[in-house]
Amino acid sequence: MQPTDTANPDYYHRVVDCQWACPAHTDVPEYIRLIAQGQFTAAYLVNRESNVFPGILGRVCDRPCEPACRRGRVEAEPVAICRLKRVAADHRDDVRPYLPKAPAQKNGKRVACIGAGPASLTVANDLMPLGYEVTIFEKWHTPGGLMRTNIPSFRLPEQVLAEEIGYIVDLGVDLRLGSPVTSMKQLLATGEFDAIFVGSGAPKGKDLNLPGRHDPGAAAHIHIGIDWLESVAFGHVKNIGRRVLIIGVGNTAMDCCRSSLRLGADDVKVMARKPRGFFKASEWELEDAEAENVEIVVNHAPKSFVIEDGRLTGMQFDVMEYDLDAKGRIVAERTIGEKFFACDDVILAIGQENAFPWIENDLGVEFDQWHVPKVNAATFQSTRPDVFFGGDAAFGPKNIIWAVEHGHQAAISIHKHCQDQDVTQRLPRMLNLSSRKMGLHEWAYKNDYNPLERRLMPHVDLKERFKKINIEVELGFTAEQAAAEVQRCLNCDVQTVFDARLCIECDACIDICPVDCLTMTPNGDEAELRQRLKAPSLRATQPLFVSAPLQHTARVMVKDEDVCVHCGLCAERCPTAAWDMQKSKIRIPYASDETTPCSTQPAQTRRTA
Amino acid sequence: MSFIAKPKIAHPGLPKNELGLTRRDYEGSMSTLCAGCGHDSITAAVIEACWQMSMRPEQLVKLSGIGCSSKTTAYFVSGGHGFNSVHGRMPSIATGAIAANKDLHYIGVSGDGDTLSIGFGQFAHAMRRNLNMLYIVENNGVYGLTKGQFSASADIGSKAKKGEENLQPPIDPVLAALTLGGTFVARSFSGDKEQLVPLIIAGLKHRGFALIDVLSPCVTFNDHEGSTKSYEFVRDHYDEVVHADFVPPAREITAQYAQGDTMPVTMHDGSLILLRKLDPSYDPRHRGQAFNYLRDKLAQNEFVTGLIYIDEKSPDFHEVSGTTATPVNQLPFAKLTPGSKGLEKILSRYR
Ligand SMILES: Cc1cc2nc3c(=O)[nH]c(=O)nc-3n(C[C@H](O)[C@H](O)[C@H](O)COP(=O)(O)OP(=O)(O)OC[C@H]3O[C@@H](n4cnc5c(N)ncnc54)[C@H](O)[C@@H]3O)c2cc1C
Ligand SMILES: Cc1ncc(C[n+]2csc(CCOP(=O)(O)OP(=O)(O)O)c2C)c(N)n1
Ligand code: SF4
Ligand code: SF4
Ligand code: SF4
Ligand SMILES: [Mg+2]
Repeated sequence: MQPTDTANPDYYHRVVDCQWACPAHTDVPEYIRLIAQGQFTAAYLVNRESNVFPGILGRVCDRPCEPACRRGRVEAEPVAICRLKRVAADHRDDVRPYLPKAPAQKNGKRVACIGAGPASLTVANDLMPLGYEVTIFEKWHTPGGLMRTNIPSFRLPEQVLAEEIGYIVDLGVDLRLGSPVTSMKQLLATGEFDAIFVGSGAPKGKDLNLPGRHDPGAAAHIHIGIDWLESVAFGHVKNIGRRVLIIGVGNTAMDCCRSSLRLGADDVKVMARKPRGFFKASEWELEDAEAENVEIVVNHAPKSFVIEDGRLTGMQFDVMEYDLDAKGRIVAERTIGEKFFACDDVILAIGQENAFPWIENDLGVEFDQWHVPKVNAATFQSTRPDVFFGGDAAFGPKNIIWAVEHGHQAAISIHKHCQDQDVTQRLPRMLNLSSRKMGLHEWAYKNDYNPLERRLMPHVDLKERFKKINIEVELGFTAEQAAAEVQRCLNCDVQTVFDARLCIECDACIDICPVDCLTMTPNGDEAELRQRLKAPSLRATQPLFVSAPLQHTARVMVKDEDVCVHCGLCAERCPTAAWDMQKSKIRIPYASDETTPCSTQPAQTRRTA
Repeated sequence: MSFIAKPKIAHPGLPKNELGLTRRDYEGSMSTLCAGCGHDSITAAVIEACWQMSMRPEQLVKLSGIGCSSKTTAYFVSGGHGFNSVHGRMPSIATGAIAANKDLHYIGVSGDGDTLSIGFGQFAHAMRRNLNMLYIVENNGVYGLTKGQFSASADIGSKAKKGEENLQPPIDPVLAALTLGGTFVARSFSGDKEQLVPLIIAGLKHRGFALIDVLSPCVTFNDHEGSTKSYEFVRDHYDEVVHADFVPPAREITAQYAQGDTMPVTMHDGSLILLRKLDPSYDPRHRGQAFNYLRDKLAQNEFVTGLIYIDEKSPDFHEVSGTTATPVNQLPFAKLTPGSKGLEKILSRYR
């Protein structure tokens, strides 16, 4: 193999698995260390720089970082990254003094955002400090998008939402509530805006057109999940029948079943077409629902709505059977019978789509054959240069953290567009390294591996929590739990940096590495080299570091990054400091980092650490 | 050294031996030697060898004298038995222990100072008695523990850290072993585990006294320019003559192994070592030839390494001395103590 090019900022970035997996590249290990030091405000600000809504995301983030976390490869459970984010939010002081402010003198450019969901709010957050005047048009009388209308308040309290949305709106955003945009043509025709950002989400819930669906007696008892949750959020729906069937087993289904329990249902079944392992819902949402005694019925495909005497009495299902191959994939399926389930109400939670009936065909904004807008995946620009898309509106339903990342990228593009710059010429990510060595055996980070197991989130008592719909179920970590959980982070951003010129091939690092990451061996091609490592290579997706040839024998130092616990023992044992532990800081460019030739105000720095 | 102990966490894919143990189960306590010391690598090789042999940890007896090298018995197989004796006296302790229990494996770890100066007499007699043990000399050319004085293995002209030259001729433990009747004589290098691990296994399997002289650089006091025991000098001047591959009983000898300059040697427990001769003219069963070969190479500044001499036929200490077949601690009381009548009988022999 060629010696690894560690000058490429992506190499060390990838080692920080959580940050690499996070769509917005949140600097996880940095904020965890700040929490460990009791610096909650600083930890909050590190989060906010990239993910904008730490209090919200600390509760409901889809947390792609956790399955990626290295700790989960060394032990059973990853670091509770998401819960720790909430710790930072819960214990922060007033952060307003540290937030960027909008300059009094504007730069003369105006931007319209359609929809007040996380995507649009991020665009406003990034552009307001640069002197832009941002107007947000929102259909409802309250901002937040699906975070407000669909995520139930027992998972995400309204006051948490209000506070973090407030930080952005208070920059001076012109937030126009109760103002649906009904015609893009008219909006463009006003000539008021230099750019338009479409952050209107994917608002259309999918229907299930089976026999009985449109029977007049049934309609009032068959609900579309996201519309139903919206009505619950706005207090239009206050109760539901005793027996409820939820169709579908994604995250919307989990919110529907748990909401039903709080509105009077006591027999709630989630009906899944396929076996476990094929569910779309996150593991933790399933756990929470099952803890509330929701029954999940697998291998049942809906067949028809059963109406008797003009009333919905239940649903008929096909009972399915599947053949799986060795990798657990379905290779054959068949129906082995039918079964009836009685119920009072049915909630359909089988997916959402985006819909743009208000964007006319002749504006230059092109859609594909499925009526999905054609959007550049890097710039978020549509086929019309002054119209940008982001969040669920761009590529279909995803999650909040993706909406935020889209917002950041779209803000860079909008900024460049408004300054007559090429939107494709974007700043690269960069990476700085600095040694953590303090003395012969002292490091400026806690390198001793702590074998603690993941802390469990305390919950409100099962009896208590159903009394009102807005009782937040998760209580947040206690101080003791937080103090323990932070110690589980492996500090993956404290990188093992190797200098082949210094190595005397004494084997000390090889012998001391607790997880046998290191091998000194003749070079070879990757597949073959992976066969010769000191411990078997478990994941070909995890990179190998390969050094330049060593001085004495021309062998190479190979490191399998997979399960390195960043204990620093290799560096501590190395007599020549050929290994060093160096902290990497990944610089993610934002709109504020771009040059602003038209602005009279210098861009405010957003850097926190 | 490092100041935090190696954490218990291990690579999830570590292979297990016949006992279901991983290499990590054969570790000892945290090393307090200098970072980069060759002795630590030898410790790692011993761990690897014991793991590969699927040795039950309590089957191992670790014996040593005094020195950095002698400290290392604490750093491997913490489940074994250990005795850290006085300087140069490890062979006496070994003799007693071996006489009392022939069922255990014995590893003696010593240094060039411990073996070739204060303990030279003990060393010679252990070999003469063909004690059934593996004796490792961790040879760095200096007294490491007492801050780097030349030892008896320092070569003429080798320079100390501050520049003074050694003027006295060295004692080579391998040449000494060949003349003293050693039945398993090997040399290796701490930085070459491929060579060292099978030698340790073969040494433990050998019936009789197995000596491995392991060149093991002292990073702190003897790894500078001008030293003949530095990492760089040893790498440039070591020359393997016979490579030993240990073949566990289950594995068959492949055709590739069985031909050419490969020589199988059956150990007394029936297992096999395969000797690969890197110099085809060399015969590791010929003591005189081995001695001359080494002398010639030493004159050219070359350290000959590998399994230099092997003799599986000579009787060991147990055979010659008629030691007890049953370990002393398992003998019934009545058999261990002759009783007053028996004592009377014994004493009468001397009257
Ligand atoms: C039930 C449910 C639970 C979820 N749970 C989670 C979770 O736990 N974690 C997570 O990360 N994600 C979750 N999601 C997904 C997440 O909420 C969305 O991906 C995210 O909110 C998308 O953000 P957005 O800014 O693109 O759009 P949205 O949040 O959908 O906001 C769009 C806004 O635009 C407004 N709008 C639409 N059309 C117009 C118009 N023409 N004029 C004016 N305003 C308009 C809408 O009223 C809405 O306020 C969940 C989704 C659902 C349905
Ligand atoms: C009876 C006695 N004499 C002298 C000493 C001092 N002493 C301690 S270690 C040592 C030499 C050790 O050298 P070596 O065996 O080569 O071990 P190394 O430290 O080099 O591994 C000496 C002379 C002692 N401990 N006991
Ligand atoms: S251990 Fe910490 S830094 Fe490493 S991947 Fe997990 S959370 Fe990230
Ligand atoms: S930091 Fe070094 S010693 Fe520790 S696990 Fe990683 S490679 Fe091994
Ligand atoms: S400990 Fe340092 S000098 Fe020794 S092999 Fe490792 S990197 Fe090289
Ligand atoms: Mg010595």
